Parts: sequence; structure tokens; C-alpha cells
Amino acid sequence: MSGVRHALVAMRAIVIREALRFVHQRERFVAALVRPLVWLLVFAAGFRAALGLSISPPYQTYITYETYIVPGLCGMILLFNGMQSSLSLVYDREMGSMRLLLTAPLSRAWLLFSKLLGSTIISILQVYAFLLVAWLFDITLPGWGYVAALPALVLAGLMLGALGLALSSFIKQLENFAGVMNFVIFPMFFLSSALYPLWKMAESSELLHDICAANPFTHAVELIRFALYVEVNPMALLWTLLATVAFMGLAVWGYDPARGMMTRKG
Amino acid sequence: MSLQVAGLSFSYGGKIALEDVTFEVDAGRFAALLGPNGAGKSTLFSLMTRLFGTQGGSISIAGHDLAVAPLAAMADLGVVFQQTTLDLDLTVRQNLRYFAALHGLSGREADRRSDAALERLGMAERAGEKARALNGGHRRRTEIARALLHDPKVLLLDEPTVGLDATTRAALTRHIHDLCRDTGVTVLWATHLTDEVSEDDQVIVLHRGRVLADGRCAALRGASSLPAYFAQMTGAAA
Repeated sequence: MSGVRHALVAMRAIVIREALRFVHQRERFVAALVRPLVWLLVFAAGFRAALGLSISPPYQTYITYETYIVPGLCGMILLFNGMQSSLSLVYDREMGSMRLLLTAPLSRAWLLFSKLLGSTIISILQVYAFLLVAWLFDITLPGWGYVAALPALVLAGLMLGALGLALSSFIKQLENFAGVMNFVIFPMFFLSSALYPLWKMAESSELLHDICAANPFTHAVELIRFALYVEVNPMALLWTLLATVAFMGLAVWGYDPARGMMTRKG
Repeated sequence: MSLQVAGLSFSYGGKIALEDVTFEVDAGRFAALLGPNGAGKSTLFSLMTRLFGTQGGSISIAGHDLAVAPLAAMADLGVVFQQTTLDLDLTVRQNLRYFAALHGLSGREADRRSDAALERLGMAERAGEKARALNGGHRRRTEIARALLHDPKVLLLDEPTVGLDATTRAALTRHIHDLCRDTGVTVLWATHLTDEVSEDDQVIVLHRGRVLADGRCAALRGASSLPAYFAQMTGAAA
């Protein structure tokens, strides 16, 4: 019993620390909010004319392009934050506070999961801030959708956070983050259903469509999209779950003392 | 035996960092792990703190084998790393609270222990200051206070005086010696500076990944001074 209490006390402290770190980096919050808003208010406005969207689930009426990309931009916030927390992990490791965390008398998997949960909670707060601003600009969703989206956002956030965590265990230095940007964030975002529906993609290239369909980010976005309309997309749910488990496993493996990054780093 | 290292070997790829390292430190003793830069001290610390997994040999902390009961071993271990591990944006007290929680301490118990630890290190009046505002000596003291929060049986310090001025260095060295005597905590203090070692300390000389000597300082150095002895040991082996 005391073991469970210990684990929960530690988890709470790790989450609070993540929150405090976030509070101390206000510019990070602004950047996280401005990025999707630029896409929503500038990019989408320009594209609205160029892209015609037919009615496809979960939409029951004809929708504007702005409405279409809202779930994708929620995913973008989670994606960027997941990678940003991986950056902070590399930084933490260089600064030594990761050492402190990893020498706590708790299982590594639990410590890493706690860290992941902390960063996911912060990401989700940003998503809701974004949805609020979108609402102010008259891009609205069904009322219950805001509630129904929460579990989907948690799962998608954990998946992307776990990916960041896994990557951080294999990145040796801070500078390599630019590589992550080019080879992880951009392909994941653009080769997904965030900006254009998959059927639209299939019209231009079957191969691209297949890549997008296999991209876990696509499924995270679709999970959020359906949840925002109070629906469940079982396929997306399954994919996102599987990807979360896989990425988390990879992260725990990467941080395992016997093989992990600490040894390689030397 | 409070700290036991037996037949420990470790290599990075093909490069051997530690070779058959064996030593023991009795409960309540102050042991100086004396070695020049590159001797393998930091590797040894990474193994003892479970940041690396052991490749050969074993480590036991307060009777817990690190490979068999890692969590029990870590619960009895206090560590001060060479690099600072304070969160600079947090206050001294917040830093201590965070660490206390990692060890399962919360609420009043955590506060009581934080206060006691800070008091002991003469840091009580700085509890509300941000770590960033502290000077190097005070940051170190905060880290030592933090490492003692959970009443560890073994305290490891990896070159804790790096970057400190002579006065602060001497004060810190004296303080840890006192702490060892007063509280009975077992101390392993890694350093390459011989003036941090007292006559009565156990000295373990590590050079190029091997233990060259292990014994009481006064007995080891014999008629020569410790610096001369150390230079002779590491020079002769070079």
C-alpha cells in the first residue's frame, strides 16, 4: 500500500514540476497557441477557395475548410508539445535533472510515464486554449464534443509524448533536434489527414494515400475529429492505442540502464 | 558492510573504463575515492546510481544488491552529482519538495525533513530563494541537504567541490566529515584533490579503471605526504 502511495506522490510531484516549468516559459505557451492559429486563420482562409470538401463522416453537412482542419491543428499542438518535451528531456539530461529523476527508487517505466502524463496535461490545456480562440472566431463544434474530445486528446497526447520520449533516448545532443523537426514533425504532420482528407490524397497519389493511412498521426487526428463530433472511430482508436504501447515500450527500452542512452552517451 | 563493490568491470564499446574494481566501505565511514581525471570515477558513480547497468561484477548498497533489489538499494542511497541537478527556476524549498516526493515523502513530513536538512547545512534562511539566485557553494549545500532528506544510509558525492573557491571547498569538506561522524552515514567522496582527505579517512586510489590501493590514509601514505604518495602511485602506474 505504501508503495502505491509513494508512486502516486511521486507522479503528482513530477506533473506539478512539468506545470511549473511550463508556467516559467510563457513564450512557449504563446508559440504553441500562435502556430495553430496562424494555420487556422491565414492558411485555411486561403485554402478554403481552392479546396472543396464533400460530406464525409463524421460531418453531416457541408463544412468549411477551417472547420475541417481544427482537429488536425489540435493534433499539431500535441505533436509539437510531444517533441518539445523530448527536447526538454535531452536538455534535462544534459543539465542533470534527468539523472535525479532516474535515481528515484521507483520503476523507470513509472517515472517515464509520470513525466509523459505531466507533459500531456500541459499539451491538452493548450489545445483547449486553442479551441476557445477558434470558438471566438466562430469556428464552433457541438457542445458535448468539447467534453468527448478529452479522452481522445489524452490518448493522442500520450502517443505523441511517448514518441518524443523514445526519440529523446536516442538523440545524443540538443542540436539533433533540428533533425527531429525535419524528419519527424514535418513528415508526420503533412503526410496525415490533418490538412486534407485521405480520399483527396488518393486522388493525387495512391502511394501517398497509403503512407498517410499508415501514419499513426493520421489516426490520432481522426480519433480527435470523431470525438469532437461525439463519435468513436474504432479503427483510429485501435491504431492510436497500439502506437502508444509501441512508442512507450521503445522509450522504456531506450532508457533501460543496461542498453540505454546513458551508456551510449558515456 | 554498507557499500560493497566486487569485481566490477565496465567498458564503452572496446574501451575499458573499469577493470575488476573491488572495495568495501564500512558503515559510518568516510571514504575518499581518489583518482586523477579519467580514472573511471564518474563511470563508477553512474554504475552505483544505476544510470548504467553493470556488465560484470556486483554492487551492494546497505546490504541490497543493486542487480537484485534495485529499488531498495536506491532508497538507501543519497547522491550528489558532479553537475548540478537543481531546477534553477524553482526555489530551494520547491527543489527539496520535488525530491522528497520522488522518495514518497509528502506534506508535513516532507516539510519537516526539508527544514531539518536545510538547517543542518545552514541554508534555512534561503529556503524561499530561487536556485538560480544562489552562488555555487550554496547550490552545492542545497544539493547535499536534498540528498540527505530521505535519511540515506550511503551518501555518494562525485567531485562535489568542483568550481568552488578554496574557503567554500574546505568548509564543505569539513561539513561532510562532521556529518559522517555525527549521523553515521557512510560517505563515498570522489575527488582528485588530496587536501580534501583527512588522516583517518579510508582512501581508495583509482587509476585507469583499477584500484591501486585501499586503506586508511595515515597507513597508506606512510612517511610521505598524501600528495607525494598519490603522485607516486599514479605516476608509477602511468
